Amino acid sequence: MDLIGHLTMGFEVALTPINLIYALIGALVGTLIGVLPGIGPVATIAMLLPTTYALQPVSALIMLAGIYYGAQYGGSTTSILLNMPGETSSAVTCLDGHQMALKGQAGAALAIAAIGSFFAGCISTIFVATVAVPLSELALKFGPAEYCSLMILGLIGAVVLAHGSLLKAIAMIVLGLLLGIVGTDVNSGTARFAFGIPELIDGIGIVSVAMGLFGFAEIITNLESVEKRELVTSKVSGLWLSKVQFREAWPAVLRGTGLGSVLGLLPGGGAMLASFASYAVEKKVSNDPTRFGKGAIQGVAGPESANNAGAQTSFIPLLTLGIPENAVMALMVGAMTIHNIQPGPQVMTSNPALFWGLVTSMWVGNLMLVVLNLPMIGMWVKLLQVPYRMLYPAILLFCAIGVYTISNASFDVSQTAAFGALGVLFVKLECEPAPLLLGFVLGPMMEENLRRALLLSRGDPTVFLTRPLSLDMLLAAVALLLLIVLPNFRKKREEVFEEGET
Amino acid sequence: MRFIRHPKDFYAGLIFIAFGVAAIVIGNNYALGTAARMGPGYFPRILGILLIVLGSALSLRGLRLHGNPIPAWKWRPTLIVLGSVVLFGLIVTHLGLVISTIVLIVLSSAASHEFRPRESLVSGVLLAALAVGVFVIGLKLQLPVWPWTNSVLPWSN
Repeated sequence: MDLIGHLTMGFEVALTPINLIYALIGALVGTLIGVLPGIGPVATIAMLLPTTYALQPVSALIMLAGIYYGAQYGGSTTSILLNMPGETSSAVTCLDGHQMALKGQAGAALAIAAIGSFFAGCISTIFVATVAVPLSELALKFGPAEYCSLMILGLIGAVVLAHGSLLKAIAMIVLGLLLGIVGTDVNSGTARFAFGIPELIDGIGIVSVAMGLFGFAEIITNLESVEKRELVTSKVSGLWLSKVQFREAWPAVLRGTGLGSVLGLLPGGGAMLASFASYAVEKKVSNDPTRFGKGAIQGVAGPESANNAGAQTSFIPLLTLGIPENAVMALMVGAMTIHNIQPGPQVMTSNPALFWGLVTSMWVGNLMLVVLNLPMIGMWVKLLQVPYRMLYPAILLFCAIGVYTISNASFDVSQTAAFGALGVLFVKLECEPAPLLLGFVLGPMMEENLRRALLLSRGDPTVFLTRPLSLDMLLAAVALLLLIVLPNFRKKREEVFEEGET
Repeated sequence: MRFIRHPKDFYAGLIFIAFGVAAIVIGNNYALGTAARMGPGYFPRILGILLIVLGSALSLRGLRLHGNPIPAWKWRPTLIVLGSVVLFGLIVTHLGLVISTIVLIVLSSAASHEFRPRESLVSGVLLAALAVGVFVIGLKLQLPVWPWTNSVLPWSN
């Protein structure tokens, strides 16, 4: 079947009333948490996972995906109006977006952010649809050795392209892998690391890990700082662009979309890396780099397009190879698993309606976001006036209900709280939690493939080096590691991430 | 001159070493098997060794590089936030969603330095109504609403 045929099948699924409603709910919830600081897409998706049990798998995935890209829209709104990124991926938008707002151009900044995001959303939907078929065909040729090497490449890539200490990130992955294999070993039936606790025999739930490390830890660290949020209510008028602004912005939108689509594909990529990299590129290609940080429209257009494109194309490795590349995708693995769908190349063939429905729903969701969000900006800003002291208990409540209802067990709630404490400790020690979550999801998969690969080779570990595809991927992983040791690349990597933090 | 120059790296390393040692010690009870026929203890053993190696490297680096001290841990938010969540998990089956919600909201609000008891009580009552509406009536999750009753309204049981 050709591209048009696939997309038509997808739209038939995505445009059913029930799926339209779930796309809308996802997009709105995403925008909401994108606007609100202190809760990100990871914690939200973890919170809502249990409520999707009752839904059709495709509706559930459409809603959860909507949260991720919806958050990119919401995050830009607060960055521009309040100089406060609702999401890390919108941090760079603050630099020029808020300057534009101070100059009375808030309307133009919001408009270009929305238009750029929508354009990027359209292009990357087509990109996902085109790349997915050949990639999943390739993946079907993979044996266990290739899968093992692919996972290693994915995990190494994820930490090299993310920021922070490499050594810590790799250690966090290994710790994640270890936590991932807690519970009954499928081959021998041995309950590992369960300490005789019946709940642990089924393994640790991904919701507990994600919610604790991302949700609870974030709330606690916010409460530790006495900082008060300032409300700079800039007046938003004229949500449109002048001709000059449009001419300046559109090349940035194109570049951002291209860059974001490609970076989204890479392990560790996704919305955040895409937006940071796009800002750096825009500054580099500009005739007058001094305008950046003082309200250059390219500084909004590029990153906002890039983060949306990146958010969408990061679904490609998940849907075609079964490998999550960031924390949100790790949770999508969890979501697919509770609906008995094994993420990987077989999804497209065994469940084409689900696959194409999800892909096209992203385009539908983006359209809804543009149409609904621009007029609703005033409402989102009002919402920010709810003080944090009232907001965080509500977030805690929804988290607690979400995790309790997984299996109506108070053990799950306590377990989540334990991960919350661990999360605060990791924040203090500057250990990023995302690699741990990736490792956690991949733990059982990695063990199974390692076991199978070595069984087939009769215990000969050189199998990973003698199979050409597997060797290529391991070489690529080594190359990535060597890259980071090079002083030049190391400096670049730090620069890209520091832009957003200063 | 401090001995531990980069405390964040040093202590993070110790934590990883501790997890690695635990994995190996506890994992000792599981059959190791051979590479060709891995037992349940094989993979955890590999991970344990990796954690010890990585953790040691990190700790040693913490003695060499310079870094900022670990920020102080204010216990109040951690204890109150996590404590109120755990309490919610323990009482919700017995006392029902409404009472548990109000308890969670009022208690967890106390973690903020701008705690206002009356405001949190009002917000707790409103959120309890919302939670019943969304989770019990809307999403039809199996949650008790009141103590000893299974229905939404306490008097209709």
